[in-house]
Amino acid sequence: MANAPDPPKIEARDLHKSYWTADGPLAVVRAVSLTAATGEFVSIIGPSGCGKSTVFNILAGLETADAGSVLLDGEPIGARAGAFGYMPQKDLLFPWRRILENTMLGLEVRGVPRREARARAQQLFEAFGLTGFERAYPSELSGGMRQRAALLRTVVQERDVVLLDEPLGALDSLTRTQMQEWLEEVWRRFRWTVLLITHDIREAVYLSDRVYVLGARPGSVQTTVEVDLPRPRTANDPAFLAVERELTEALRVETRKAERDPAVWP
Amino acid sequence: MIILGGRAGVGGAVRWAALPIAIAALYGTWELYVWLSGIEPQVLPSPSRVIREGWEFRSDLAKGAGFTLRETAIGFALSVGAATLLAVMMDFSGVIRRALYPLLVGSQTLPLIVLAPLLIVWFGFGLTPKVLLVVLVTFFPIVVGWIDGFAATENEASNLLRSMGASRWQVFRYLRFPNALPRFFSGLRIAITYSVVAAVVAEWAGARLGEGLGVLMIQYEHSFRTDLVLAAVFVTAAVSIALFLSTYGMERLLIPWYFRTRRHG
Repeated sequence: MANAPDPPKIEARDLHKSYWTADGPLAVVRAVSLTAATGEFVSIIGPSGCGKSTVFNILAGLETADAGSVLLDGEPIGARAGAFGYMPQKDLLFPWRRILENTMLGLEVRGVPRREARARAQQLFEAFGLTGFERAYPSELSGGMRQRAALLRTVVQERDVVLLDEPLGALDSLTRTQMQEWLEEVWRRFRWTVLLITHDIREAVYLSDRVYVLGARPGSVQTTVEVDLPRPRTANDPAFLAVERELTEALRVETRKAERDPAVWP
Repeated sequence: MIILGGRAGVGGAVRWAALPIAIAALYGTWELYVWLSGIEPQVLPSPSRVIREGWEFRSDLAKGAGFTLRETAIGFALSVGAATLLAVMMDFSGVIRRALYPLLVGSQTLPLIVLAPLLIVWFGFGLTPKVLLVVLVTFFPIVVGWIDGFAATENEASNLLRSMGASRWQVFRYLRFPNALPRFFSGLRIAITYSVVAAVVAEWAGARLGEGLGVLMIQYEHSFRTDLVLAAVFVTAAVSIALFLSTYGMERLLIPWYFRTRRHG
């Protein structure tokens, strides 16, 4: 085993998950496997209801898989809870906490002393374009700033893997484009290991080293596309467009399947 | 916020003037009616007489109001404490919730008018029965405020905390509790409005002479001083309204974020 390659940072193997409904069990995730190496940016796209968020919930420890395993550095995750920093689509900043207090929430939960938590969160404010807003309340910030604060709250926890569940999905398109560029920059600087769920193919191509296309429910990986383009990428580069077309086609096939087989589950 | 009126702006002055005008109209009509009809003051005194005689007996009324306010304050403080403790226990345990909630609802169906004299029989003419009645009347809206507030917690926000590794207690402390504060204040506002009347009813049922607005009302009534009965009624109303308004101040002090959030939408 001496020359075995390093195990990936995170590996999901053969995840299965069904829910019980009035009509019996409904499989939402079937044999999903994916990996990300340290510092890789990996995206997951798929038609609505393909179980993307369920996969994330399993990784974040909010749900348990019926079968399959999650490995972190080649070891089953069971022993190492809390390996994931999770950022949902809604920023979920607490209105009663100022921005700095919001961003240190995860550290506080883990029992990091408030002074230290404050200092660690504060260090990231400049990179996240939030300097000067430490004492503002969430309602005083724009949508883009709130998402940046939510991402700060996620990454300051220094978990092994960052899970982003459509973090830019609720933003208007101009803010969204700006946020994609900013996210790419800040990721290149910090090199977190990222798993991103998105509906936006261009976003996936722009940001990712690898994109998984999940099929219609029950979700399973149908296509894996490596995006080997130099960064920062430009959306009108022919190579970029080729990858975008490939993903669009793969997603179109899956979406059609989903429509032919209407979902019981929303 | 009917009493506080609208925000300043176009028509702001008219809105602020609306309440004084309504009061003046009511006062004028009443005064005029008494003057024109020549009705006996023992039956219906004029408002000017109520004010004049009330002022004459101001030290008695103030002393009575002091007793009433003290009973109200002690009862209300106990009520907030007990209601909060109950609500938290009910939030943590479904068994406790199922056992207690129907009892709490049941406690609200007891007719006060019957209960007040019983409490006097059981606990005497002192402070205890008044405080108990205030607690009984006020804790229910506070418990309901807390419980509705806890239930209004977003699942996604709980999940976020759980993904951070938060324990159940931490989810409560960091999320459910602060999230419930605005609804707690709504319950508090309803409760505090009833609290003074509860104390007055208990005094009405039995208290030492002069020790409370409720017992003053009975004394005045027995000496056919309708004007002073009404004066005591107005003092009761004024105290209730003052306490009601004070909750807005408390809110601004304790949950300033709530007003910022509403202002910025």
